[in-house]
Parts: sequence; structure tokens; C-alpha cells
Amino acid sequence: MTLIECLQDYWWLLVSVLGAALVFLLFVQGGQSMLLQSMSAVERTMMVNALGRKWELTFTTLVVFGGAFFASFPLFYSTSFGGAYWLWMLILFSFIIQAVSYEFRSKPGNLFGTRTYDVFLFINGCVGCVLLGVAVGMFFFGSEFTVTKTNILDGAAPVISCWAPSHGLEAIADWRNLVLGFAILFLARTQASLYFLGAIGQDDDFHRHQRRSVLINGGIFVVLFLLSLFLLLTADGVQTSADGSMRWVSHKYLWNFLDMWPVAVLFLLGVVSVVAGILGSALCSHFRGGIWYSGIGTVVVVVCLFCVAGFNDTAYYPSLLDVSSSLTIRNSSSSLFTLEVMSWVSVITPFVIAYIAYVWKKMDHKPITPQEMENTTHKY
Amino acid sequence: MNDLINVVDWSRGQFALTAMYHWLFVPLTLGLSVIVAVMETIYYRTRSERWLAITKFWMTLFGVNFAIGVATGIILEFEFGSNWSNYSWFVGDIFGAPLAIEGLLAFFMESTFIAVMFFGWKKVSPGFHLTATWLTAAGASISALWILVANAWMQYPVGMKFDPEQMRNVMDNFGAVVFSPVAIHKFLHAVFSGWTLAGVFVIGVSCWFLLRKRNADMARSSIKVGGCIGLAGIIMTLWSGDGSAVDVARVQPMKLAAMEGLYEGSCGQKIIAFGILNPDKTPQNDEDPYLLDISIPYGLSFLATHNPHAFVPGINDLINGVALTEAGDTVRTMSFAERIAQGRRAHEALRAFDSASAQGDTVAMNRASAELHENYASFGYGYLESPYEAVPPVDITFYAFHTMVLIGGYLFLFMILAVWAACKRPGWLKNKLVIWIGMLTVPLVWVCSEAGWVTAEVGRQPWIIQDIMPCKAAVSDISAGDVQLTFWMFAAVFTAFLAAEVCIMLRCISRGSKKDYSSSND
Repeated sequence: MTLIECLQDYWWLLVSVLGAALVFLLFVQGGQSMLLQSMSAVERTMMVNALGRKWELTFTTLVVFGGAFFASFPLFYSTSFGGAYWLWMLILFSFIIQAVSYEFRSKPGNLFGTRTYDVFLFINGCVGCVLLGVAVGMFFFGSEFTVTKTNILDGAAPVISCWAPSHGLEAIADWRNLVLGFAILFLARTQASLYFLGAIGQDDDFHRHQRRSVLINGGIFVVLFLLSLFLLLTADGVQTSADGSMRWVSHKYLWNFLDMWPVAVLFLLGVVSVVAGILGSALCSHFRGGIWYSGIGTVVVVVCLFCVAGFNDTAYYPSLLDVSSSLTIRNSSSSLFTLEVMSWVSVITPFVIAYIAYVWKKMDHKPITPQEMENTTHKY
Repeated sequence: MNDLINVVDWSRGQFALTAMYHWLFVPLTLGLSVIVAVMETIYYRTRSERWLAITKFWMTLFGVNFAIGVATGIILEFEFGSNWSNYSWFVGDIFGAPLAIEGLLAFFMESTFIAVMFFGWKKVSPGFHLTATWLTAAGASISALWILVANAWMQYPVGMKFDPEQMRNVMDNFGAVVFSPVAIHKFLHAVFSGWTLAGVFVIGVSCWFLLRKRNADMARSSIKVGGCIGLAGIIMTLWSGDGSAVDVARVQPMKLAAMEGLYEGSCGQKIIAFGILNPDKTPQNDEDPYLLDISIPYGLSFLATHNPHAFVPGINDLINGVALTEAGDTVRTMSFAERIAQGRRAHEALRAFDSASAQGDTVAMNRASAELHENYASFGYGYLESPYEAVPPVDITFYAFHTMVLIGGYLFLFMILAVWAACKRPGWLKNKLVIWIGMLTVPLVWVCSEAGWVTAEVGRQPWIIQDIMPCKAAVSDISAGDVQLTFWMFAAVFTAFLAAEVCIMLRCISRGSKKDYSSSND
């Protein structure tokens, strides 16, 4: 394996970790999707404030995920964002309305009223999760695009990456992508309840309600997850050869799991951890650390899925229109020089994770209580 | 082709819309974060409840502004992919790195510590809280550094080479990208202009307190801090602006010519202090460029080169490839027609390289590669139909530049007077005229700040990467209708949020003015 191949794999792994962290942190969106349910004003305030102290982390992870993809795999950035225009615009739009909603919702003079901002948060919670799932689904089930680099010299039509005229709407209409999208939504809702159990120190009724929510949302998630897994393992994928040619192979992702058995083992361990977090929290009335079991499991499972999508000579972004246009870790990455520079910069990552963990611990060591909400002037 | 032009124009419009909305909020974040950190430092050192209350008041306004800055910022990063997908591939190897580093180094720092800033008063020690406030301010500036490195690179592409096999540019010198003088001046100019803007904002709001005769002590204390930061900001902004002008003269002479509405250059070129452009003037006719102009002799030569006798080329000089020596002799440089021809040779060489590569003819590949590299400096000109396409909109660039300079000059005087009044002549702050000037300067500083970006970005048209790629070769394969729809979506949402933000700010200021600042009440 050459140095550039090592760095390409390293960056695929880093992007995978960022993507996995994003899926875990979508518990913020999951919580937002519950805000319109009937509950007392105090409970809603505590839920909003518990989520509000983490929303920027999710938002930042999404931005860094995009930035890291741009820096390490610019052809993906160019092809997917420019092609699946409507999918990405709808995702971004849902995050734009989220960004102001926490800060504005309870401020006097906010023009549109608290309820409007809560609806914005709800929209972001549902739409953001489902559409991000659709975007991830395209990594496995393919998309309708072609890449022709020589177009750059055509003054009348210079675009190298061309997409179907529906520009991402066709991906939203693909039921397999939607199954994955809804699986992510219900995972996010499950994890939101797990998070509330640890972050909010309310009476037993609130916790009982959250445990029931874990069981219901977790149950729906497990069903959707198993369906997604079935679709994934039976799907065709694109195999690359040593000479760079590509072809469709049936059950490609199943073969990837079998060829990369340690990934399959990790994947199963991740699934077990998620299920343990769900069942432990739903069934044990004093267990409040389920978010960490479920969260770590989620990160492991998503990293494994990215590994299956991109490693073992697999095209991680299959083209349904022209198989040779499919994107692989090798043909879409940055140059050796850029990957080297970026790799040196990535050395700082453990330090970043350490200060995030430290601040998280400091801020969350005391659960939010109704008394705290009453006595503080800065709240959402 | 018509649809391509429409897509280019709407994509430009959408990027301009989001960037201009974003820049309404970012400079206030950059400056106010520092002002709040200084105020909290005073509280930390004195443990005065009054300073704690003052800190919390400005921190509330900072929070409201920060949120909408985040909302408008996310779209900018992704628009490089969604609306300028060719660009993202063609230079993503270089341009993507600063964006990723910005996220890793700055965004996580901001998003982590801002939570401590707002919710950590009773959860962490005062020292830790103060550190979090400073780290939030540092995160904002580090973020600005990397995005301005990326922007500067588009204006002055360095540290790269073209790889014909991949048909894109690749980075070969990261240091040249980060430490380019254009990047350094841009960073300093943008960040310190943020300090200036926030200083004016704090002074303006405090003047309103004084007008309503509420919390005069708190207002005067705020003016001292805001004025000192603002004065430091405007001094550094003027200094870095001078550096930027020299950079522009060196690497983007067409932009400088458009900034001054200068068609025929000369040695010892005057600068227009105030002017009205002749709307009938084009590079192809002999009309006078100005209907009215008040100028300063030798000013432009000095601004552009620090030599009052140096030659500054005008638009026609650049198009025709003419320059003058200080002795008055005419010197030939490369005309735009020649650069277009050179760019087309580069395109042909790339085609030849691609054909040779497909046939495995290494001799022909080497020949084509040599030809390509010889002509690559004009690669972008190969897309142009006529030399006049390389001229930016002169009127917008001219008026934006002069608006920035005139208001910038006024702000320098304003800041000196504000600091002097707050520190040495507190009696002036009881004068209603002074108070009204303080309040009315607030909208002016935003006009100045936006005008600066309009100058920088409109003045570099038609290039998305100077001389290498015009905007029309950088777009995505989407229809003009798609972009129009998202343009109006974003325009509506951003306008609604801006209105909400202004209303919330005004309500916070009004409530804040009625509060007792002798204790923190929290």
C-alpha cells in the first residue's frame, strides 16, 4: 500500500468518525421532534434547555463533516452538493431555521412567537434526520450522476459533474433511502429520551414517560434498522479493479462484511451496545447512563457502515447512470500533499475531543431542575 | 449558453445575498466577543457586581447576534459545493483545507465554550468562565483567519500547480497559502474592522442610555471599553487597509482601476477623494470618466505603491497592455487579447494531453504538458469571448470603495472623540448633539463594513480564481430556476430573521436600560 493510499484510508476513517459523531449528536434533533407533544410548560422548558446546550455541537459537527469531506474528497463535494441540489438545500434550510430558534424562542420581541420557533425546531428535528439519512442512503443505493472531467474545457457547458434533472428529489423519493432516514429519526428520538433521563432531574413521572418513549421509539428504530440492514446486505454495489475499471456486483456489502470480518464483529458489538442502552434504560428504573451505551454503539455502527461503503475496493458513491463515474476513495481524493498537510492538522483531534468531554462533564454534572429554570435569567 | 449565464448570475446573486447577510452579524460577533471578554476580565479582577451586570447585558446582545451569524454562515460553506461545483473540484485540493481546519480549530472551540459562557456562571469557577469567554472570542477570530485565508487565495492563487492528469489544481506549498500577504492583510483588515464596528455599536447603544438618562454610569463605562477597543480597531483597520491597497495594486490591478474609475493611468496618478462617475463611459469610448471629481494629486500612486511618482495603470492600459516608466517611456505588457490567446493555447494543450494520455503516448503528453504549463498563467482568459469581459462592474466597485473610505475616515475621528470624551471630557457625553452623533454612527459603520466586501468581491469579477477560472466556468449543473427559487427562499428567511433579531435587540436594550447595574441580579 502506498503512502497516498494509507492517507486516503485514514481520511475516509476520519470522515466516518465525524459522520458517526454527527449521527450520535442528532439526539438533539430527536429531542426537537418531541417538542410539540403535549407536556407541561416546565417540562418543555427543561427539554429545550437541555437540548439547547448541545445544539451547537451537532451543528458544528455537521459543518466540520462537510469541511473535512471537501478537503479530503473534493470530487464527492463537487458531485453530491452540486448535483443533489434540492436534497442538500432542504437539509441546510432545516438547519438554518434551527440555528436561531433556541436563542430567539423565549426572547421578548421575537416577532413570530415562541410556538413558531418550536415548530421550526420540530421541522429541523424531523426533516434534518430523515434527509440526512437519505443522503447517507445514496452511499449504498446509488444516485443518478455522471462525471466527465474533460467538460471543463467546454465553454458552453463546462460542468464536470452532471446529475438527473430532479437534482436530489429522486433520492428523497427512493423508499430504501427513506427507510434509512426514518431509522435515523427514530434512533435520534430514542437517544433524545436517553439523554433527557441523564440531563434532566425531574420527578418520577417525567422519567417514567421518557423510559416509555425509549421503549416505543427504540422498538420502531430496531424494526427500521433491521429492514435497512436487510436492504443493505441484499443490495448490489460497485466493485473497482486494479486497473481502475468498475462493475456492479450483487450482494457487494454482504461480501464486504464477510471479507472484512473484524468490521462485522465491531458492527455487531455496536448493535449490542445500542440495544443494551435502550433495554437497560427502558427496563431499569434507576439506570440513567443509557445514552453512553447507545451513543458509543451508534458511533461504532456508523463507522463500520462507512467502512463497508468505502473499503474493500468498493465505490462509496455508486452512479446509477454510468458505473465508471462512481466515486471511490482512490479517484475522488485530494492530492498526497494536501492529505499530508491535513493529517498533520488532524493531530489536534484528540485535544479537541478532550476539551469537549471536559466541558460536557463540567456542564452536565448537575441535572437541570425546575428550580434552576426558575432562578436563571439566561434560558431558552 | 443563455441559461448558463443566468445560472452564473443567480448563483452570484445567491452567494452575494448570503455573504452580505452573514457579514451583517459576523463583525459584531468578532468585536463584541472581545469587548465582553475585556468587561468580564475587569469583573474578574475587581469582583464588582456592577461589572458583572454590565458584562451580562452585552453578553445577551452577543448571544442574539451570534445565533443568526451561525444560521447565515452554514449555507456559505455548502454553497461552494451546491452552486460552484466545478470550482470545488478544480481547486478543492487547495481551498477545502482551510475550511476543514477552520471547523476543527475554531468552530468546535466556539461551540463548546459559548455554552459555558452563557450557562456556566454557577457551574464552573469564575476563572474557568473567563477562560471560556476568551476562548469563544479567540475561536471567532481563528475562524475568521481560515475563511479569509481561503478568500485571499481566490484573489491571489499561490502555493499550487496544475495537474493535467487530474485536470485540476493541487497544492504544493501550504505555507504560501497561509502566509500570503493578501491573506494576512485581509485577516487583519476584517477582524479589526469587526472591533471597530462593535465599538461603534457599544457606543451607540450607550448613547441611547444617556439620551434616556438611564444608567449613565454603566453607559459611560461601556463607552470607555467599547471606545478603546474600537479605536484600536480603526487604527489597525486603516493600517491593514493600506497594506491591502498595495496588494491589490500588485496582484489585481484591474480591481484597483475599477475602484478609482480609472481608464487611462499615469505616473503620479491622482486619487479621487469624491467623485460622480459618468454613466456613459465605457472602455471603448473617449468620454470623460467623471461628471464631478475632487482629487488629491499623487494620491493613488502613493496609495498603490508608496511612491508618489509611480505609474498606476488604468482599465484601458491593462486591456491594451501598456505601461509607463517614471521617465514617461511607454512599455509593452501583455494585452488581454494576448492573454485570451494564451489561455486558449493552454486549453488546447490540455486537450492534447488528454488525447495523448488516452493513447498512452508519453512523448506527446510531455510536449502538451510543457505547452500547458507555459501558458497556464492565463488559463482563465481562455474562457473569455472578449477582453472587455475581464472588466468588473466599475460603478459598483467605485462607489462601494469610496463609501468605505469616506466612512472609514469619519470613524477614525469619531473613535478619537469618543475615547477622549469618555476618558477626559465626561461632560461632552451630556450634550445631546454628541449623543445623537453616537447613535447615528451605528448604521454608518455597517454600511462601511458591507461596502468593503462589495469592493473586494465585485471588483474581482469576472474571476472566481484570479486569472485562472472565471465564474462562468465554476458553476454547477443546475437550472437558473432552481437557483432563483433557493435565492428567494433564503432572502425571505434571512430577512424575517434579521427583523426578529433587530426587534429582540431593541427590546433587550430597552429592558437593559431599566435595569439596576449596581448588582447582577442573577
